Amino acid sequence: MFSNLDLQKLVFGRLTLEAIPYHEPILLITFAAVAVGGLAVLGALTYFRLWGYLWREWLTSVDHKKIGIMYVILALVMLMRGFADALMMRAQQAMAFGPEEGYLPPHHYDQIFTAHGVIMIFFVAMPLVTGLMNFVVPLQIGARDVAFPFLNNFSFWMTVSGALTVMLSLFVGEFARTGWLAYPPLSGPAGSPGVGVDYYIWSLQIAGIGTLLSGINLIATIVKMRAPGMGMMKMPIFTWTALCTNILIVAAFPILTAVLVLLSLDRYVGTHFFSNDLGGNPMMYVNLIWIWGHPEVYILILPAFGVFSEIVSTFSSKRLFGYASMVYATVVITILSYLVWLHHFFTMGSGASVNSFFGITTMIISIPTGAKIFNWLFTMYRGRIRFEVPMLWTVGFMVTFVIGGMTGVLLAVPPADFVLHNSLFLIAHFHNVIIGGVLFGMLAGITYWFPKAFGYKLDPFWGKMSFWFWLTGFWVAFMPLYVLGLMGVTRRLNHFDDPSLQIWFVIAAFGAVLILFGILSFIMTLVVSFVKREELRDVTGDPWGGRTLEWSTSSPPPDYNFAFTPMVHDGDAWWDMKRRGYSRPLKGFRPIHMPSNTGTGVILGMISIVFSFAMIWYIWWLAAATFVAMLVVTIAHTFNYNRDFYIPAEAVVGAENKRTKMLAGHV
Amino acid sequence: MSAATDHGHGAHAHDGHGHDDHGHGGASHGSLKGYITGFVLAAILTAIPFWLVMTNAIGNNQTTGLVIMAFAVVQIVVHMIYFLHMNTKSESGWTFLALVFTLTLVVITLTGSIWVMYHLNNNMMPMSPADMKHHMP
Amino acid sequence: MSTQMSTATGQPEPTTFYLEEEHHPEQGTMLGFWIYLMSDCLIFAVLFATYAVLGRNYAAGPSPKDLFELPLVAVNTTMLLFSSITYGFAMLEMEKGKQTNTLAWLAITGLFGLAFVGIELYEFAHLIHEGATPQRSGFLSAFFTLVGTHGLHVSLGILWLVILMVQVRQRGLIAENKRRLMCLSMFWHFLDVIWIGVFTFVYLMGVLQ
Repeated sequence: MFSNLDLQKLVFGRLTLEAIPYHEPILLITFAAVAVGGLAVLGALTYFRLWGYLWREWLTSVDHKKIGIMYVILALVMLMRGFADALMMRAQQAMAFGPEEGYLPPHHYDQIFTAHGVIMIFFVAMPLVTGLMNFVVPLQIGARDVAFPFLNNFSFWMTVSGALTVMLSLFVGEFARTGWLAYPPLSGPAGSPGVGVDYYIWSLQIAGIGTLLSGINLIATIVKMRAPGMGMMKMPIFTWTALCTNILIVAAFPILTAVLVLLSLDRYVGTHFFSNDLGGNPMMYVNLIWIWGHPEVYILILPAFGVFSEIVSTFSSKRLFGYASMVYATVVITILSYLVWLHHFFTMGSGASVNSFFGITTMIISIPTGAKIFNWLFTMYRGRIRFEVPMLWTVGFMVTFVIGGMTGVLLAVPPADFVLHNSLFLIAHFHNVIIGGVLFGMLAGITYWFPKAFGYKLDPFWGKMSFWFWLTGFWVAFMPLYVLGLMGVTRRLNHFDDPSLQIWFVIAAFGAVLILFGILSFIMTLVVSFVKREELRDVTGDPWGGRTLEWSTSSPPPDYNFAFTPMVHDGDAWWDMKRRGYSRPLKGFRPIHMPSNTGTGVILGMISIVFSFAMIWYIWWLAAATFVAMLVVTIAHTFNYNRDFYIPAEAVVGAENKRTKMLAGHV
Repeated sequence: MSAATDHGHGAHAHDGHGHDDHGHGGASHGSLKGYITGFVLAAILTAIPFWLVMTNAIGNNQTTGLVIMAFAVVQIVVHMIYFLHMNTKSESGWTFLALVFTLTLVVITLTGSIWVMYHLNNNMMPMSPADMKHHMP
Repeated sequence: MSTQMSTATGQPEPTTFYLEEEHHPEQGTMLGFWIYLMSDCLIFAVLFATYAVLGRNYAAGPSPKDLFELPLVAVNTTMLLFSSITYGFAMLEMEKGKQTNTLAWLAITGLFGLAFVGIELYEFAHLIHEGATPQRSGFLSAFFTLVGTHGLHVSLGILWLVILMVQVRQRGLIAENKRRLMCLSMFWHFLDVIWIGVFTFVYLMGVLQ
């Protein structure tokens, strides 16, 4: 009997049948939906014989464009999950008043708000940002790929592994119930003995490796691979923001990694970093994780600023106002973002001198951000503005983000923060900047660069629908939270006693439904545009009258991006080329040197999922085996020296002639 | 096809090497003299702090602490110059810039954490009886 | 603006907007690896900060003065320092293109590295045997994690060294292998720099208190 039990522990760790939540109807239905949907996709892939194509052309691809697109797809899929969590929370809070308990017990509700935060930041916002940078940056600087193409593929698959690990927690075991930053001692071994926090730790660690490596990759790309003539002050502004973002990634993510390692040591080994006894100090965790956490905010928002800068300039048909000040503002934000972390825990009790230092630095960091807003406004001033969908997102952003920024400065005042800390005012504030800033920016960027990626524009009608639903939905959903926060309602509650508050939560829930329509309209945009793709076809490669190099090549660009490496003479390189009567070279093509695809990234990603699963459930033999497997695969990969090939000149001629014909047909 | 690929591959490898040499300039690989100088300096700079602490030559712990910290900083610079071949010119100054940025962040992380946590401990942690006595007016 | 000026002065040749020949961007590996090292440096910064904050929380357990044996640390430091100079010699031989000598110096470097890891493991085993386990106090948790992370890096460096020796034997000192050896060189010397922080900040300062 006992030996039986031991054997089971040895083989399955702490994984038992009870871990599968078959008694929770919501999860069962979700699982059924996911299973049916997944089987349908797998079936379709098999039926249309797409497995080989998918493996050769996408999963193993080291092409930065395809990897960028895959990042965005991952983010959009995860957005559905994260938004489903949001709808469930809004519904619960709108109904759970007085005697009414709502439909989500605390145990479940706590997992939902944790998963919502983790997914939205790490698996929606981050992949969107990384995806856009991956797709756009090499094209903007006139490069053929990133500096380390294989690493890029590997980074992507690590991010996917992290996302899949979070999704796994839905059906096997549970997710953390600690909030998205998992503060100890609640997340310690005594506070959270279950697997939830372990799911949290391992998904973030695995995805974090990917994020860090892609950060290194893009920095090296921007520093080393710019087209001849493109000095630093001639780089497109999106590339500048991407550079600063990646510097922040490389400088911030190691801190997250280290902090999570310390937390895992507390949980797995029994050390005393963040425990309450034997010399541990939970406040140190809060301190360290925000040293990562605040730069993270700017990691997300800077690329959005870059997108808006490109869009404002393109759709106003004007050079960006104050390019140099924009660059300096970005650099100043990059550095200052390391000096403000304590404003996330003013109330923990550092005292007046520390609080006032960090309060002041926080107020200072709003100055370069404000400068950017003025730059965009002055770019639009007397411009010939075309209000196409990307421009709508930009204007919507400017209105929304300014409000979010101002409530942020309000929270930067320590005494005010003592009143508003952990209230719904804070929730409204950061959703205001993340939805109004990051998300609007990424949706604007997707609409803007979609024709470059797929060769046809997105349908403007459904794009506008999506924009207006998102914008109004955001305002209706979050303004009530500002009000509630000022009335003193705290975050993360699944039940309220005071019935007078209910109306505000009902309004907020209504706003969430409007956002749902915004998301559905966005999906409609994709579907309708695909159906009408011939009508929306972009044959010129330059559908918006663009200014930067990505618009000089065809849509979608060939594998090699540019048949000839462009020479840059001016900040807005492509605008300059058009103005000075550039003509596309038609002959003299040469073989082009390109990196080869490899399956190592996918394989490592899949093994790492099994590894984290084994670690989470204490299946030590499996963890050891998969760890060794990862090492072996990595080492084996380094023995492969044959990593590149040449696209023959005939193939280049073929592709370029096709484009010539297309351009001629257009004229 | 495969022959062409191999040929191309070889040519590329050669090119890559050429660029490496160009980017670094032969000197950055270091010379025998450089390594020996670095080693001797490092050995001295290691030996003195150990000697200071093990024999308690200065007698005052705080002074000793400051002195050995200073030695550590000097030794780190020596390693950077003679072993890591750090200079302001390699990779067009990007490595140096990265180093300065990182050191700034290291200083911010270390001093910031110590500063913040010191105040937090002072204000928030339960005090031992000895501390109580110390804080009593 | 500048174009108008140049057309006004009558620029004879049209500006070229693309390169006729194949463009070879500079190799980014060394810079990329350096950036990785910088990020690793920040991991150590966190561990140092944690040690600085928790390093005096003995929880009525042993303090550095009770535990650390400076002669052992001095020997260990010497091992690492020797391995640094021998790696330097390997790089010098590599530059001269002498494969056998390079491999020999690399092997010696690896042995010094192994000695370092061995001594550290001995120290850890000794501490644990005395009851000074990582679970004993915040100080010991921070100590074992900081020093252990460094040791783990050195161990991975040794594994990498062995793999590179095999690859150099297989393919000789080709450009790729030289690049890899230079990356490992940076990694190895970087770990030495971290160790300066460890022996000063943890061991020497610890004994001083």
